[in-house]
Amino acid sequence: MSERKYFSPLARGLHWIMALMILAMLFIGVAMVASTGPAYHRLVGLHRPLGIAILALAFLRLVNRVASGAPSLPTTLPQGIRLIAGSSQVALYLLMIALPLVGWAMLSAGDYPVSITGGVTLPPILSPDPALYASLRALHTWLALGLFGVILAHITGALVHGLLLRDGVFQAMLWRRPQVRTQIE
Amino acid sequence: MSWIRQKITEKGSPGRVGVVIGVPAALAVAFIAAAGWFTPDRLTPATVIRTFDSVDGPHPGFRRNHAKGVCVTGWFEGNGQASPYSRAALFSAERSPVIGRFALAGGLPYQDDAPDKVRSLALRIMPPNGGEWRMGMNDIPVFLFRNARDFNSFLIASRPEATTRKPDPARIGAFLAAHPETAHALSQIKQRSLSSGFSEDAYNSLDAFLFVNADGRTTPVRWAMEPEQPAPAQDSVKTGRDYLFDDLTATLAEHPLRWKLMIVLGQPGDPTADPTAAWPAGRTRINAGTLVLDKAESEDGGPCTGITFDPLILPEGITPSDDPIPAARSAVYARSFTARSGEMKAPSAVSLNSSPNGQ
Ligand code: HEM
Ligand code: HEM
Ligand code: HEM
Repeated sequence: MSERKYFSPLARGLHWIMALMILAMLFIGVAMVASTGPAYHRLVGLHRPLGIAILALAFLRLVNRVASGAPSLPTTLPQGIRLIAGSSQVALYLLMIALPLVGWAMLSAGDYPVSITGGVTLPPILSPDPALYASLRALHTWLALGLFGVILAHITGALVHGLLLRDGVFQAMLWRRPQVRTQIE
Repeated sequence: MSWIRQKITEKGSPGRVGVVIGVPAALAVAFIAAAGWFTPDRLTPATVIRTFDSVDGPHPGFRRNHAKGVCVTGWFEGNGQASPYSRAALFSAERSPVIGRFALAGGLPYQDDAPDKVRSLALRIMPPNGGEWRMGMNDIPVFLFRNARDFNSFLIASRPEATTRKPDPARIGAFLAAHPETAHALSQIKQRSLSSGFSEDAYNSLDAFLFVNADGRTTPVRWAMEPEQPAPAQDSVKTGRDYLFDDLTATLAEHPLRWKLMIVLGQPGDPTADPTAAWPAGRTRINAGTLVLDKAESEDGGPCTGITFDPLILPEGITPSDDPIPAARSAVYARSFTARSGEMKAPSAVSLNSSPNGQ
C-alpha cells in the first residue's frame, strides 16, 4: 500500500483549526450582511482579523503541503474519483487564499481602513477605485458561496470515505490508527 | 457509480448513510438560516436600501440618502484639550487633512434648496500617522428615530401616494401616534433657529459615542461643529434651486470657512442609547480643535464620492456606545456605497466647472 498513511502532524493540525475558522467565517459573513443591529459592527470587527489570519495560515499550509506532500489515495479508488478529489483540493486551496485577498483588496479599493485590532491597520493593496470596489464586493460574495459549496462536497466525500468506504482516507486526517492497517502489524 | 454502490452495500448501514447525507444537509440549512432566509422579518441593510429606492425613486449612482451634495477639503487641527478624555492622535496639536461633504438630507439628488431642509456635513479626518475618523452630522438638535426599524417604517409611511404625489397624512399620523419620541423630536426640530446657509450652520453628531483616554477611562460624548463665521448681512442671501450650494461654493472660492469642534461630555444617566433624547443643557463642552475647509469640488470626480462616511470608522480612543443607530448606519452605508459604486451616475445637481481657488 502507500508509503505514508497520515498527513503530517502540522497538516492535520492546520486542517482542523482552519476548517473551524473557515466555517465560522462563512457563517459570520452571511449573518453580518443580513444585520442592521449592533452585531453588524462586532461581527465585521471579527471577520477582518479572522480572515487575515486564515490568509496567513493558508500560505503556511501551502508551503507545508508542497514540502511534506500527502498520502496517496488508495489505489482501489477509480481514476475519476481520484481526479475529482485532487481538483477539489486545488479548489479549496485557491479559494481559501483568494477569498481573504479579495476581502482585503475590496476594502482597499473602497478606501476603507483595513483595521485588524485596536491600533493595527493593514496597508491598502489596491489604490481607491469605487467601480472596482463594487466588482470585488460582488466577487467576495460569489467566491464565498463557491467555497461553501466545495466544502459541502468535500465534507460529504470525507464522510463517504470515513463511514461507508472505510478505506483509511478519512483516518489520514485524524490521529487514530487507520483500521485498514491490521495486516502490517 | 457501480463501484461505490457495491462498497456501500458491503459496508454501509442506514445510520451511516444518514450521517453522510445529514451532516452536510444540516450545515447547508444552518447557513441559509444564518443568512436570514427563514426570518424574512429581520431588517437587513438590503431592506433599508430597497425602502429608500421605493420612496425616493431609483437614482442610480447617487447616495441613497443625503443624495444632493458637494465635496469639500481642508484640515482639522486639534489643540490638545480633548486629549484628557480621548487618546485619539487627531486631538493632539497636529494638522490632519480632511475630506468632507455638505449635503441635504433625503434621497432626492435634484431637490430644490430650501431654508428648512435638513443640512448635513460629513467628514473624514486623516491624521498623518493613521487613526482616521469618519462622521456624518446633521443641523438638527435630535435624531427622529431610536432604531433603524422605526426609520424604515417611517420612510414607508411617508412614501408619496400615487394619486396625490404627497405622503398620506393619515399614515404619518398613525406612525407618530405610535412613536411619541418621534413626534417630540419633530417638534424640537421645527423649533430650531434656521441659519441662512451651510457656512453659518452648526452640525451635530446626534449619536453618542465613548471617548477612551490613555488610562482606559471612558466618557460618553456627543459633539457639534460650530461655525466661527458670523451670519452674513441679509442682502447677500441668494435665491435659486441650488442657492445654498451656490452660496457655499462662492464663499469657499473667496476664503476658507472655519468650525470649532465642541465635545459635549455626558454624565451618568444621560441617554446614550436614544438619539431622539437631548442631553440636559449645561453639560461641559470642550473646544477640541478647529476645522478649516478651503475648497469645494463637484461630486463628479471629487474626493468624497469614492468613500462612505461610515460613522463607525473610529480611531483608537473613540468607541461605539450602546446607541444602536451607528451600527445600523455602518451596515446600510456599506450597502448604499456598494450599490452606487457599481452604477452609472448622471451628473450631480451641484457641478463646479472650475476649481474655486483658481488652481
Ligand atoms: C476565508 C476568508 C473569508 C471568508 C470565508 C469570507 C466570507 C464572507 C461572506 C460569506 C460574506 C458575506 C457576503 C454576502 O453575503 O454578500 C463576507 C462579507 C464581507 N467580508 Fe469576507 N470573508 C473572508 C475574508 C475576508 C477578509 C480578509 C476581509 C477583509 C479584510 C473581509 C471583509 C468582508 C467585508 C467588508 C464584507 C462585507 C460587509 C458588508 O458589505 O457589509 N472578508 N465575507
Ligand atoms: C471547512 C473547511 C474545510 C476545508 C477548507 C478543508 C480543506 C481540506 C484540504 C485543502 C485538504 C487537503 C489536505 C491538505 O492539504 O490539507 C483536506 C483534506 C481532508 N479533509 Fe478537509 N477541509 C475542510 C473541512 C473538513 C471536514 C469538516 C472534514 C470531515 C468531515 C474534512 C475531512 C478531510 C479529510 C478526511 C481529508 C483527507 C483527504 C485525503 O486524504 O486526501 N475536511 N481538507
Ligand atoms: C438608521 C438610521 C439611518 C439610516 C438608515 C441612514 C441612511 C443613510 C444612507 C443610506 C446614506 C448614504 C450613504 C452613502 O451612500 O455613502 C446616509 C448618508 C448620511 N447620513 Fe444617514 N442614516 C441614518 C442615520 C443618520 C444619523 C443619525 C445621522 C446624523 C447624525 C446621519 C447623517 C448622515 C449624513 C451626514 C449623510 C451624508 C454623508 C455624505 O455626505 O456622504 N444619518 N444615511
